[in-house]
Amino acid sequence: MSWFRRKDPKLEGQTTDEERKVKTEGIFVKCPECSEPLYKADLKESQQVCTNCDYHFRFSARDRLATLFDDGEFELLDEEVSSADPLDFVDSKPYKDRIEQAKKSSGLPEAIISGKGRVGGHTVFAGAMDMSFIGGSMGSAVGEKITRLIERALHENGAVVIFAASGGARMQEGTLSLMQMAKISAALAKLHEAGLPFISVLTDPTTGGVTASFAMLGDVNIGEPKALIGFAGPRVIEQTIRQKLPKGFQRSEFLLEHGMLDMVVDRREMRQTIIRTLNFMMNDATVRRKK
Amino acid sequence: MKKETDDKNAFERVQIARDAERPYTNDLLETIFSDFQEIHGDRRYADDPAVVCGFAKIDDYEVAVIGQQKGRDINSRRHRNFAMPKPEGYRKALRMMKLAEKFGRPVITLIDTPGAYPGIDAEERGQAEAIAFNLREMANLKVPTIVVVLGEGGSGGALAIGVGDRVLMLENSVYSVITPEGCAAILWKDAAQAPRAAESLKLTAANLLDLGLVDEIVTESEDWKIDASTSQSGGEVDNSKFEKAANELKKAILQNLKQLEKMPFEKRMDERYKKFRNMGKFIC
Repeated sequence: MSWFRRKDPKLEGQTTDEERKVKTEGIFVKCPECSEPLYKADLKESQQVCTNCDYHFRFSARDRLATLFDDGEFELLDEEVSSADPLDFVDSKPYKDRIEQAKKSSGLPEAIISGKGRVGGHTVFAGAMDMSFIGGSMGSAVGEKITRLIERALHENGAVVIFAASGGARMQEGTLSLMQMAKISAALAKLHEAGLPFISVLTDPTTGGVTASFAMLGDVNIGEPKALIGFAGPRVIEQTIRQKLPKGFQRSEFLLEHGMLDMVVDRREMRQTIIRTLNFMMNDATVRRKK
Repeated sequence: MKKETDDKNAFERVQIARDAERPYTNDLLETIFSDFQEIHGDRRYADDPAVVCGFAKIDDYEVAVIGQQKGRDINSRRHRNFAMPKPEGYRKALRMMKLAEKFGRPVITLIDTPGAYPGIDAEERGQAEAIAFNLREMANLKVPTIVVVLGEGGSGGALAIGVGDRVLMLENSVYSVITPEGCAAILWKDAAQAPRAAESLKLTAANLLDLGLVDEIVTESEDWKIDASTSQSGGEVDNSKFEKAANELKKAILQNLKQLEKMPFEKRMDERYKKFRNMGKFIC
C-alpha cells in the first residue's frame, strides 16, 4: 500500500506525441536570406520584409494596393475582365482548367488587380500583378485591364502606378499575348502626350514581355531591393552563352548601376517615395495641359 | 488575298520561314526597292548589323526601310548575329524612324528575327527598355508605317519594329510570342514537341488574320526564294524569277502606301491606335 493515493489519472498516455509538440508552425517563418525565424505578425507589420536583414518576401497584389492608397481605401476596377481561352490551348492540362485553378488557388480574378483611389491626396489609378496567378503572366485580360486603367487615368487626369510581377507574356494565348505589349504601350504613348505621370514599380520577378513593354516605360522606374528584372530569363541566357551568370546579374541594384532604374526602394518606404514623386509630377500644369 | 489554306501544317511553315533560301531584307532591297542608302549606328553605343536601316525608293516613293537581316553562310550569320538584334539595333531603328518623321517619309519595316538577343551585354545595355521604348514611340510615329513579316516574327524582338498602320504577313511567315521549341521545352519539358507547340500557338499568317492581329496576307509564288547555293559559292545569282515573285509584295506595299497617303492625319493615327487597342480576346 502506497503512502499517497493518486487522485487523478496519469497524464501520460492521454496526449499523443503529436499534441505534445509546441505548435510554432504557422507562427514563425524562416527568412530564406538570413535564416532568422520571424514572427509572422511582425512580418505582416513590416510588409513582408525581414526585420533582420531586409529581405523582401513576395507581396500579394491586394496588399500592394492596400499599402499604397491613402488609408488603404480604393475602388476596385474592371473586376469582370478575365481570361478566355481563345486558342483552345492544351498543354499538360487545358488552359481553361488552368485559369479556374489559378482563380481558386490565388483568390484573384486575374493576374492583375486594379483600383482607383488617392495617394497623398492625388488621384491615382494603380494596378498590382500577382505571381500566384499563372506566374503573373500577361494575356489578353491583363492587357485589357492595364489599358483600361491608363485610359481611365487619361479621362480623369489621374496618375498611373503599376506594380509589375510577371514571368512575361502568357504562352497559352500565343500572339494575342504578345500584342498586349503594343496595346499597352500605345495607351502609354497617349498618357505621355497628355503630360500625366506613369510610375512603374518593378518587383521580384519582372521579366520578358512585361519588362519589354510597360514596366520599362515609367516616367520613373522603381525597383524593389534584389528583385530579378530582365528581358531574357537567366536560364535562357545561360543556355545561349553556355556559361554561368555573374552574381547579382539582373538584380535591381545591377539595373540601377546600368541606368535602367531611377531608384531601388525598400517596400516600407515605397508609399512615401511614390507620394514625393507624385508631388513633383501632379500639379496644375498637368491638368492645364490636358485641357 | 486568295490562297490555298491548310496545305501545310504550322511547323512546316515555321521551317519554311527559317529556310536559308528564304528572301531576306537585303534581297528585297535589291529587288523591290532601289537607290538604297544605308545608315549606321545608334549614336549611343554601336552599330548593330542584325538590323539594316536606310533610305530607299519603292516606285516613286522615298521611304525609310528598317529590316532585320540574317546571313546565309557561317561568317555572315555570325556577323548578323543570326538576326538577333541588341539594344543598339532597336535604337538605330528608332533613329531611322525619327528621321523619317522629321522629313515626312513613310516607314517600311521588314521583320525576320528569331528574337531579340538574349545575352549579358544586351541585358546590361537595356534590351527590355530598347524594345519597350520603340513600342511606345512607334505607336505615336506621325508618318505612315507599314510592317511586313518576311520570315520569322520572333516575339518582342519582332514587335519592337512591328507597330504600324498596316501589318502584312508573307503567306509562309510566322509570328509568335515564343519559338515552338521554347514553348515545348517549358510546357511539355520536351523540345521535340515543337510541332505540337507550333500548332497550338496559332502562329501562321492565316491564324493571325483570323485573330485580327494582322491586316493582310501576301501570297508567295513558287519563286519566292533565293538560290542560296549560288550566292554562297560567289557565283552570279539569277534573280529574275524572284523579282517577279517579289512583285506581289511590292504591289501590296504600294497599294497600302497609297491608301495611307490619302488618309487624313488624325484619322490615320486614330485607326492605328484602335487597331492595337482592340487586340485581345477575354471575358467581360
